[in-house]
Amino acid sequence: MSEYIQHDRKSVSVGVVRKQYFTFAEGPKAMVLESGATLGPVTLAFETFGRLSEKKDNVILLLHALSGDSHAAGYYHAEDPKPGWWDIMVGPGKGIDTNRYFVICSNILGSCMGSTGPSSVDPKTGRPYGLTFPVVTIGDMVRAQKALLDHLGIEKILCAVGGSIGGMQVLEWCVRYPERVVSAIPLATTTRHSALAIAFNEVARQAIMADPNWNGGDYYSGTKPLHGLAVARMIGHITYLSDASMRLKFGRRLQNKADFSFNFDADFQVESYLRYQGTKFVERFDANSFLYITKAADYFDLEKQHGGGSAVGAFSKTKAKFLVVSFTSDWLYPTYQSRAMVQAMKKTGLDVSFCEIDAQWGHDAFLLPNERLSALVKGFLERVHQESRA
Amino acid sequence: MSTRNPAPDGIRFDLKIIASWIDPGSRVISLGCGEGDLLLYLKTEKNVIGCGIDHDEEKVARCIERGLSVLQGDINEEIADYPEEAFDYVVLSQTLQQIYAPSSLLDAMLRIGKKGIVSFPNFSHWKVRLQLLLSGYAPVTPQLPYQWYNTPNIRVITIRDFRKYSKERGVTILKEAAINTHTQDRYGKIIRFLPNLRATYGIFLISKRNR
Repeated sequence: MSEYIQHDRKSVSVGVVRKQYFTFAEGPKAMVLESGATLGPVTLAFETFGRLSEKKDNVILLLHALSGDSHAAGYYHAEDPKPGWWDIMVGPGKGIDTNRYFVICSNILGSCMGSTGPSSVDPKTGRPYGLTFPVVTIGDMVRAQKALLDHLGIEKILCAVGGSIGGMQVLEWCVRYPERVVSAIPLATTTRHSALAIAFNEVARQAIMADPNWNGGDYYSGTKPLHGLAVARMIGHITYLSDASMRLKFGRRLQNKADFSFNFDADFQVESYLRYQGTKFVERFDANSFLYITKAADYFDLEKQHGGGSAVGAFSKTKAKFLVVSFTSDWLYPTYQSRAMVQAMKKTGLDVSFCEIDAQWGHDAFLLPNERLSALVKGFLERVHQESRA
Repeated sequence: MSTRNPAPDGIRFDLKIIASWIDPGSRVISLGCGEGDLLLYLKTEKNVIGCGIDHDEEKVARCIERGLSVLQGDINEEIADYPEEAFDYVVLSQTLQQIYAPSSLLDAMLRIGKKGIVSFPNFSHWKVRLQLLLSGYAPVTPQLPYQWYNTPNIRVITIRDFRKYSKERGVTILKEAAINTHTQDRYGKIIRFLPNLRATYGIFLISKRNR
């Protein structure tokens, strides 16, 4: 996912929020991962928005995508220049209304935004894990989130919401902990990556690993593989957009020049944009985390893991009510993948709503201001909230 | 909620009749559900577990905003995924005349539902007959307001035709109503005398024979 943080200080916001930490799996209680490896202790960074109702029946679990973090909405302090990554959706009166719901968002396992990941210090060695960090899966991420919810004393999730890799976590939650999830909104996502999606991830990973500074993942005391990570981000960015959005946004327009430079500087606006996105990304993201999270997304296969190869088998494990949303111009997680999901849900008799939103912004559409999406989410949440109380 | 969900008693006359045939608490799917007026009415007034299918994004979104369970897609394709008798009623309201393969859709309806409810504009209404007879042009009426070249209503059906079809295809007609109403009208009346001539719409409650 890209960064589309709409900077409007005057807009309604959930206000100042605080990043919190929860550490578990300490000592002998280390987490046994799906790969068989053990990991501990595990820390999750998380934030909450809104207030938990007395009956604890208003919990929305937000699951973020590849490069997101726990900071879904609001500001860290009064002078904070930009809000969280989904501030347009999460806040008072917004699609996910913090006046009504208690929203929890945690940074995923393997990331670098406060939760344990390859850049964390391995207590055994006193040095960052690097590639000694075990490969984690979407299932592992969800199991860690469950530990957090148990710690917070939350039994039921009214709705699990997320797009892209966040959507994979939504689906994983539904089939892994069916008794905990009342409803779910998987956005612009899939039950398993296509070869195309895996291919782009692999090229991005290769870009990182080909950077000499990557040094087999051991770079935390030296120069970081900034160029490799920037290229990986640029590749990602292309897959988040669409032909139409790039044509409209950039076309063949040149960047601050009237003619070609006849060298390899950024002539075209699209080049300049990608370079900018790349350099901005490396300031805040860890290259190894990028490798681990994209690998987890590529390994994710709901059918294989939970349905013996069948989506119907996987979805027969859940009772959640679903709102599935795809976007017309998303070619990374195309509508046919959402439809296949919906088809399997129908076959298992699940309550499912599906809408394909006409949007030209490609995969990233779910992060952009979209009245239709906000209204869909709002209406769906109102319904499931009402029905869960009845 | 109240502003976005207008009082459901304002639904069309034909939908009211359909709703009156549906038992409270039953499972209903509405094919071509539009903005979900019928589903919302059934949900609030009859405690029905309802869902719908429509191909139009705008309408589907409106349904979901109103708190209905609706999915976007082609009813001919989407209907195939449901298990047998997944519903008590399968409703096809004012859509049959637009279906390319009506008999396979009707078969599918009676596969996924115990009962089907079908309504369509009656092509043998006297005004339709008279127009064709006197003017020689393809009829254009308030119920069928299009020209021959732009009409979505590709099937010409009469109340008598539907009865004949049911007999030939082993479909039992459990109830039928012939009504006189305008397309979007909340008011109308049931026609008992010469319905095939005097009714603008026919509504049928059907099931598979030998149930």
